[in-house]
Amino acid sequence: MSTEDPRAAFDLDGAWELDSRVSIRPERFGALLYHFGTRRLSFLKSRTLLDVVQALTEVPTARAACTRAGVPPAELPRYRTALAALAASRMIHPRSV
Amino acid sequence: MSLVDEFQSGLDAPICLTWELTYACNLSCVHCLSSSGRRDPRELSTAECKALIDEFERMQVFYVNIGGGEPTVRSDFWELVDYATEHHVGVKFSTNGIKITPEVARRLAASDYVDVQISLDGATAEVNDHVRGPGSYATAIRAMQHLADAGFENFKISVVVTRHNVGQLDEFKAIADRYRAQLRITRLRPSGRGADTWDELHPTAAQQRSLYDWLVAHGENILTGDSFFHLAGFGDGGLPGLNLCGAGRVVCLVDPVGDVYACPFAIHDTFLAGNVRGDGGFTRVWRESELFTELRAPQSGGACTSCPAFDACRGGCMAAKFFTGLPLDGPDPECVRGHGELALAGVTSVPARSPGHSHRKRKPVPVTIGMRRPPERACDESPLAGFRP
Repeated sequence: MSTEDPRAAFDLDGAWELDSRVSIRPERFGALLYHFGTRRLSFLKSRTLLDVVQALTEVPTARAACTRAGVPPAELPRYRTALAALAASRMIHPRSV
Repeated sequence: MSLVDEFQSGLDAPICLTWELTYACNLSCVHCLSSSGRRDPRELSTAECKALIDEFERMQVFYVNIGGGEPTVRSDFWELVDYATEHHVGVKFSTNGIKITPEVARRLAASDYVDVQISLDGATAEVNDHVRGPGSYATAIRAMQHLADAGFENFKISVVVTRHNVGQLDEFKAIADRYRAQLRITRLRPSGRGADTWDELHPTAAQQRSLYDWLVAHGENILTGDSFFHLAGFGDGGLPGLNLCGAGRVVCLVDPVGDVYACPFAIHDTFLAGNVRGDGGFTRVWRESELFTELRAPQSGGACTSCPAFDACRGGCMAAKFFTGLPLDGPDPECVRGHGELALAGVTSVPARSPGHSHRKRKPVPVTIGMRRPPERACDESPLAGFRP
C-alpha cells in the first residue's frame, strides 16, 4: 500500500496549465477559481499565486512560473504545496509539450 | 485578513446568486420560501432576463442557482439556460422534476455548464408528499431515473431537513447513491409559507444534535450550501465549509420581478436592496445599495458576543431570526446552546407576511357563511374590505 502524499509528487519542473473549464476572478485577496466541470470553488490566497497560475501556460515549467511571478526561492515549498492542491482538485493539469 | 473576513466585508460581485425565475409553480409546498404558486404579471421578460445575464457575465458571476416557483414552467426557460451558458454563466437549477423528460435529461447530461437539483423532502412518498403535495414524490423519482438513464452523474438531490425526514438521512443517501447523484441537505427556514409550518416542521433540539453528528460523520460528501452554520455552535470544529452568512456579501437573491434581496430566505421589504430595472441595474444594487453596504459593515453580535460559541456560529441565520420575531443581533431560534428558546419565549409579535403568490384555491379554507375566500388580512373586518369598484 502506498502512503505517498499526492502533494509531495507535484512536479515543479513539469509543464502545467489551467483546465479550460476553470474560470478565474481576480479579487483583492488573490482570486476565486471556479471549475465548471467539478462545480468546485477554490481560492488563491495571494496575488502572487494568481500571477503564478496565470504564468503556467506561458513558461516551460511551474518553477519558471514561480520565478516569473517573483516568488523567492525560500518560498518555493509553500507555492509547490498550493499548486499541488490545485492539481489535486483538477484546477490545473499537466500540459503536453 | 482571513478569507472569512474578506467575505464578510463583501466582494465586488457575488460568487453565485439565486435567481427565482417565476413565482408560478405546479406545487404548493407548505414550506415554500417564496410563497410561490401564481405567476406574477410583472415577471421579467425574456429580453430583460438576457440583459441581466449579460450583467452577470460582465461581473464574472460564476453561476446562478435558478429556482422559483418551478422555473421550467417558463416557456423561455431552456432559451435562458442556453443563453447563460453561452455567456459563461453556469446554471444550476432547482426543479420538482415535472419537465425532466428522457429527452430533456439527455440534453442536460451533455452540458458541463448545467447542473440540476431535484427537490425531495422525504425518502418515502408519505413523508415527502405531506410537505410537497400528492404525487410529487413519484414525479421527483421519475426525473431522477431519467437523469440516471441519460448518464447525468452527480446531479443533486436537494432535501430540506424537517422534523419528519431528519430520521431518513441514510435513506436519502441511499437514494442518491442509487441514481449516482449527490445529496444536498439544507436547513428549513421560517420564510414564506415556511413561517406557517415552522413550529410543526423544524427539527427538535435532539434532532439537531443527531443531524450535526451525521453531517460531521459524512464530511464533504454531503453538500449543505453551508446552510447549517448555526450548528457550528456545537463546537467540535468538525463541520465542513466556511459556515458564514453570505447574505448581501457573497450571495443574494433576484426574484421574478427583478427585486434584489439579501438572500433567498429573506423575501421581505426589510431585506430588499433594490430592483434590477432601476438605473445602474443589478450592478449598482450589488455595489451601492444601502442595505448591502450595511450588511458588509462589521456586525454587532449583541447578546451573543459573550457566548463562547459565537466565533463558530456567528449568531446564526438572519432570516430565521427575523421571521420568528427575534432581534437580528440576538441568538438564532435554533441556537444549539438553547438561547433561542429562551429568547422566543419573550417574543410578542412576528413580522407581517408579504402577500406572496400562493395559489388562491389550492387549499380551500373552511367556508364560513357567504365567504368564498379568506379575509385579505387578519384584521380586515370592514364589509368593504377588498371591494374594488
